[in-house]
Amino acid sequence: MAASSAVLSMSKIIKPFWGGRLGNTVKVLGPTLTSSRGKSSASPLPAKYGGRHTVTLIPGDGIGPELLNHVREVFRFSCVPVDFEVVYVNSALSTEDDINNAITAIRRNGVGLKGNIETNHIMPPSVKSRNNLLRTSLDLYANVMHCQSLPGVQTRHKDIDILIIRENTEGEYSSLEHESVSGVVESLKIITRNNSLRIADYAFRLAREKGRRRVTAVHKANIMKLGDGLFLQCCKEVASGYPDVKFDSMIVDNTTMQLVSNPEQFDVMVMPNLYGNVVSNVCAGLVGGPGLVPGANYGRDYAVFETATRNTGKSIADRNIANPTAMLLASCMMLDHLKLYDYASLIRNAILTCMNETRLHTADIGGQGTTSEVVQSIMRIIQSKGQLTTEL
Amino acid sequence: MAGNAWRSMLSQVVGVAVRRPALCSTSLPRGMHTVTMIPGDGIGPEISSAVMKIFEAAKAPIQWEERNVTAIKGPGGKWMIPPDAKESMDKSKIGLKGPLKTPIAAGHPSMNLLLRKTFDLYANVRPCVSIEGYKTPYTDVNLVTIRENTEGEYSGIEHLIVDGVVQSIKLITEDASRRIAEYAFEYARNNQRSSVTAVHKANIMRMSDGLFLRKCREVAEAYKDIKFTEMYLDTVCLNMVQDPTEFDVLVMPNLYGDILSDLCAGLIGGLGVTPSGNIGANGVAIFESVHGTAPDIAGLDMANPTALLLSAVMMLRHMGLHGYGKKIETACFDTIRDKKVLTKDLGGNSKCSEFTADICRRVQDMD
Repeated sequence: MAASSAVLSMSKIIKPFWGGRLGNTVKVLGPTLTSSRGKSSASPLPAKYGGRHTVTLIPGDGIGPELLNHVREVFRFSCVPVDFEVVYVNSALSTEDDINNAITAIRRNGVGLKGNIETNHIMPPSVKSRNNLLRTSLDLYANVMHCQSLPGVQTRHKDIDILIIRENTEGEYSSLEHESVSGVVESLKIITRNNSLRIADYAFRLAREKGRRRVTAVHKANIMKLGDGLFLQCCKEVASGYPDVKFDSMIVDNTTMQLVSNPEQFDVMVMPNLYGNVVSNVCAGLVGGPGLVPGANYGRDYAVFETATRNTGKSIADRNIANPTAMLLASCMMLDHLKLYDYASLIRNAILTCMNETRLHTADIGGQGTTSEVVQSIMRIIQSKGQLTTEL
Repeated sequence: MAGNAWRSMLSQVVGVAVRRPALCSTSLPRGMHTVTMIPGDGIGPEISSAVMKIFEAAKAPIQWEERNVTAIKGPGGKWMIPPDAKESMDKSKIGLKGPLKTPIAAGHPSMNLLLRKTFDLYANVRPCVSIEGYKTPYTDVNLVTIRENTEGEYSGIEHLIVDGVVQSIKLITEDASRRIAEYAFEYARNNQRSSVTAVHKANIMRMSDGLFLRKCREVAEAYKDIKFTEMYLDTVCLNMVQDPTEFDVLVMPNLYGDILSDLCAGLIGGLGVTPSGNIGANGVAIFESVHGTAPDIAGLDMANPTALLLSAVMMLRHMGLHGYGKKIETACFDTIRDKKVLTKDLGGNSKCSEFTADICRRVQDMD
């Protein structure tokens, strides 16, 4: 409470300066404007004591536990000053205690790293998706995914470099459904002005930060005139405040068609929740699959990192064939967020060297390596850089 | 009560499955089928006449009845299609449609929507097969997307709750879900397809997609000869762009169908070469090209009639005229593979009439 009032007063200082350019958006976005993607002095800092950060770790189901174990191994090996607080979530239970514990832990620590928690849709509809619950409770409104063609991976398309920003809390994922008459179910898709402005502003700020030229809004406003129409209108409003970044829009079915024929044309894309799901999975498939792309969920106060396509990978669990790249790159994004940039680049470079030069690939990208082989190789590369490490 | 429902369901299922008998009015020569042709706008008339020319060269037993479809206000203020078009369709039951333009702010709903509502076109079928002569990064695509076309996210029910909060309602009903699932399995059986995959997001939309999925599972019980699987929408998208060969028939609600069918069209080369069919209740079927009206090249003899032609081939197969369908399709693919007379969008610089003439020549040579 104190934090938000402090932030609002900060926005009053900023408003006269920016007011002319941003107009109405400042009123709505006062708090978010002042907080950068990392932390501002007003919102809670990530948990740090004695120089070591504490991060909540949620193993999840399927391949989550084994991949996160590898992350811990690599961190321990590279002497990264991060301690993990492990919170288990049992997806088979219908009570929400487990996930509430996890949410509390993330609130406590500020940062989380998670595997995907399975949603058993045989259970009654009152049992909601745990992942969705986590995202909405912590208000992690922006899901960011960077899809880049990696030189060492064979794909049909080359030179892809797309930044996808997806609204993460509302839209079709509002979990508001009811059976009005027997045999007729209604599901509500909610679009609000505040959230649309928020995500659009996030997208443009990120585009500017990263030196991107163009932001494309993906929508279906020709059919959902009010809902997606509102989203598009909010994007246009925010775009007017960023004249250095070009803005255009595209209908979602045309977008998917363009993505499979000409993905090089896209730069930054911003969209509501469901279209984000489709587009991010298509892009992940284009650059080489779910094992390669990390994803991040940012809120005003918290950040949770995971693989971009959020797969449980039940069929490949515990067989030592999963690709650790996505989870390891996600942990590097987390290190960047914690401002441990040196460790982040060290591990990231080791991963990319392993991928591009030694070409040690797992089965999903056409190789024959096992997960542990890839992880060992990454650790060897880290050691060879002269970094202080523990025993191999 | 239940008996009537069962009978109507059975007749619906049977009506779709049974080969269409020759629809003859006494004035038609024996074996000729009447088809309502709606040329459409923009490049519509050119590509429709191209298709009619090719059919004539192939000596296909089709009698075309041309009708125009514009929105007119009927009694009671409701928008409807012209009565002569409706009458023709009701009699012939089969239609072939070119692209229709949707004027913005014309006050009336889109023509496609009107047609859909008039004939209760509940299933949109899009077979996506890689075209040999037209190179895309994806080869060996051979799948069919079957999309529920009447409800789901496109019900058009939206409200402004308070200023700045909008709610769109996605409607899923038992009947519509069952109907589309039955159509999908019937289609798979009639076209020798081995598996049907239901695409959903029941982990997030528990009740609505859950209902859709339940209905699909129930219908699958009656079709044990066809493999039934279910897959999340995001997994389908992910796997589709990596390996499209693992999919066969896909059945899904409206929005996912819209996105996925366009995704698959992109895999084989775009909307300019993708056929599409809309199946309605009471045995009505309208086949169409799904691309736009392309007003910038209308009348310039530059249009590519492939999409409409392949839709017409789909129509022939639906009517049981497999021989003619195969003949025309082969001629079309041969022309494209030959690469001598391709239209601009396929990478050549020939005219539409030259492309059409080449196909006609090949069809005639086949006899």
